Amino acid sequence: MVEIFEGSLPVEAILARWYGASLGRNEGAFIPFVGTVRAEGGIEALSFDIYEPILARWYEAWQTKAAALGARLAMAHSRGDVPVHTSSYIAAVFSPKRRVALELIDAFVEDFKAQAPIWKYDIIDGKRIYARERSTALVGSGILGGTQ
Amino acid sequence: MVTVEFLGPIGLEDMHVEASTLGDVARILQNDERVSAWLATSAVAVNDELTSNLSKPLKNGDKVSLLPPVCGG
Repeated sequence: MVEIFEGSLPVEAILARWYGASLGRNEGAFIPFVGTVRAEGGIEALSFDIYEPILARWYEAWQTKAAALGARLAMAHSRGDVPVHTSSYIAAVFSPKRRVALELIDAFVEDFKAQAPIWKYDIIDGKRIYARERSTALVGSGILGGTQ
Repeated sequence: MVTVEFLGPIGLEDMHVEASTLGDVARILQNDERVSAWLATSAVAVNDELTSNLSKPLKNGDKVSLLPPVCGG
């Protein structure tokens, strides 16, 4: 299950908990990816909406792929506002084998960017502005037909 | 009745419409100027399952969700 937090992630606590839980499982590799909000474009924070039912389906499909490789995944993401220089996203792979973990973290993070039902907004001067230019249409988009 | 929900930045209240297929929903939304501009870039889910089948039959109580372009992380 994806761990969802209101606001910035408590990164140190999450990583310590995941690491601690992995000990004794004979997992030789633990690769976390931590996404931190950069100060750019005059933003004060990023903000996120999440649609949990479809996120859960996407994540379960990835856990199944990972399990077929003898690996498992963990993920945490923020909802709401996340100020600059704090973190909104952690993905991690646990695996007996280094190579499997390195390849899986790459594929998992890239597919997350393209497929996870999460919407990003810039917070500028207190206003919440959809990050339209940085967003990606999901596979199969447009079937309802549009005027654009 | 079918419930249509608009996720993320679309920012509209749920709509309740009479529709027997996803194609019926498409025709209704194409004629609604508040949402029509989102249709070309939005994905569609029925009861939380993504679909690209416009002839998909709908029944009373089904939920249709529009998912505009995403950007997590």
